[in-house]
Amino acid sequence: MKAGSFEWHPARSADEAVALLAEYAPQDGRVIAGGQSLVPSMALRLAFPAHLIDINGVEEFSRVRVEAGELVVGACVRHAAFHQPVEPGPLGRLLSRVVHDIAHWPIRQRGTFCGSLANADPASEWCLVAATLGARMVARSVRGTRVIEAADWFHGIMTTALADDELLAEVRIPLLPTGSRAGFYEFSRRAGDYALAMALVAWRDDGGRMREGRIGTGSIEVQPRRIATAEALLDGRPASAEAFAEAAAAVSAAVDPLEDFHTSAGYRRDLIGTAVRRAFEQAGD
Amino acid sequence: MATKMAITLHVNGTEHEVRVEPRRTLSDALRTDCGLTGTNVGCEHGVCGACTVLMDGVPVRSCLIFAVQAQGHELRTVEGLASDGALHPLQQAFIDNHALQCGFCTSGFLMLSAGTLEQQPDIDDEALREVLSSNLCRCTGYQNILRAVRQVRDAGKEAAR
Ligand SMILES: Cc1cc2nc3c(=O)[nH]c(=O)nc-3n(C[C@H](O)[C@H](O)[C@H](O)COP(=O)(O)OP(=O)(O)OC[C@H]3O[C@@H](n4cnc5c(N)ncnc54)[C@H](O)[C@@H]3O)c2cc1C
Ligand code: FES
Ligand code: FES
Repeated sequence: MKAGSFEWHPARSADEAVALLAEYAPQDGRVIAGGQSLVPSMALRLAFPAHLIDINGVEEFSRVRVEAGELVVGACVRHAAFHQPVEPGPLGRLLSRVVHDIAHWPIRQRGTFCGSLANADPASEWCLVAATLGARMVARSVRGTRVIEAADWFHGIMTTALADDELLAEVRIPLLPTGSRAGFYEFSRRAGDYALAMALVAWRDDGGRMREGRIGTGSIEVQPRRIATAEALLDGRPASAEAFAEAAAAVSAAVDPLEDFHTSAGYRRDLIGTAVRRAFEQAGD
Repeated sequence: MATKMAITLHVNGTEHEVRVEPRRTLSDALRTDCGLTGTNVGCEHGVCGACTVLMDGVPVRSCLIFAVQAQGHELRTVEGLASDGALHPLQQAFIDNHALQCGFCTSGFLMLSAGTLEQQPDIDDEALREVLSSNLCRCTGYQNILRAVRQVRDAGKEAAR
């Protein structure tokens, strides 16, 4: 199908983008970044924005940089930027593995990291990364700038803490310390499909023992989240098949899985346990 | 209804002055306003890849870009592949390897492959499979498409030696 009518407002700077958003948000205006989620939903007539504020021409939004121990991803950094590590440490390598599971090659040339965070699909890989690694979202509007912690960002399926007149200007992800190990695994029925379950794990290796363990789940509940009961099982343990299996079982017990026509909660519960275990097994430095 | 905008699209080295509503997708503008019907439209929501074109050399879904957003970018469509009546090596390889049956997906696969081989002339088999998994073909199966693209890649590597 074809999208409904809208007026198009290309922004050339971040200031102009937030000013346009302030003006048009009350008239059903919103941001278009890569358009790889918004345009399909407009074509399906699930979304009818009256105004689109286009941020593709904003040069300053296309930058990714490291600053004060954080990877700072600008509003228009494409998924494809992560095909090569964007920083030389374990985080850069982790993101370059995760990116291959996001949609397809041509979609990754256009879709953006921040767009995924703003869209907050439960099956978004970048949302899982943000939730598990404790990213901070920087929201800008004409009213000012505020920083939103990952734990406060997600408000259920495709809903976030962002106000209508706020633009997600950048996402800041803490770098993983040297000696970190991190792994990601997702299951989907076909290459490029949204996942049915995905897991991200990370820990610091302390002479063979696991410290600061993080276990995040995605595609399984209304939003990605860390599973504290499973993380608690890791501290001080050697990275072993036994520890991984226990953590996986704790995750399965803790989640409240989404169900659909094809998949029961029981199946999804089992699947997320497997995803966690495989994320551990495939973890690299 | 939003008013039409006058825009210029650069397609295959030619400038097309067209008037479109902002909601006109690039795929529809190419087909309807530029008369370039080689780009096919299947699902219109990003799933099938039939509409793949090159924007600044990069394969993109033209049904997920509005035509107004394509101003100032270099676009290439399947009509731009052949030169002086000679088929592009990928077009010939698709024929030779029986990589199409009905042909509906073919322009999308050709542009996907052309952009990929230009960016990564020595792409390995695994990465090539990942790229080609982006588009759907309901007829031939994918092995022949893979074979055709590999053949062109290998010929290119041979020539570069
Ligand atoms: C066939 C297909 C398969 C896909 N598979 C996957 C997948 O497996 N995993 C996955 O994660 N994604 C998948 N996607 C979606 C894709 O990754 C999108 O790129 C992403 O979800 C949104 O990013 P975008 O830049 O395209 O945002 P857009 O589509 O431009 O915007 C999405 C929403 O976010 C808002 N928005 C965007 N940027 C900002 C901002 N900076 N500030 C405020 N609001 C903003 C928009 O207003 C809109 O509501 C798929 C898409 C398609 C078409
Ligand atoms: S028509 Fe564009 S992806 Fe199907
Ligand atoms: S040749 Fe018919 S869809 Fe591919």
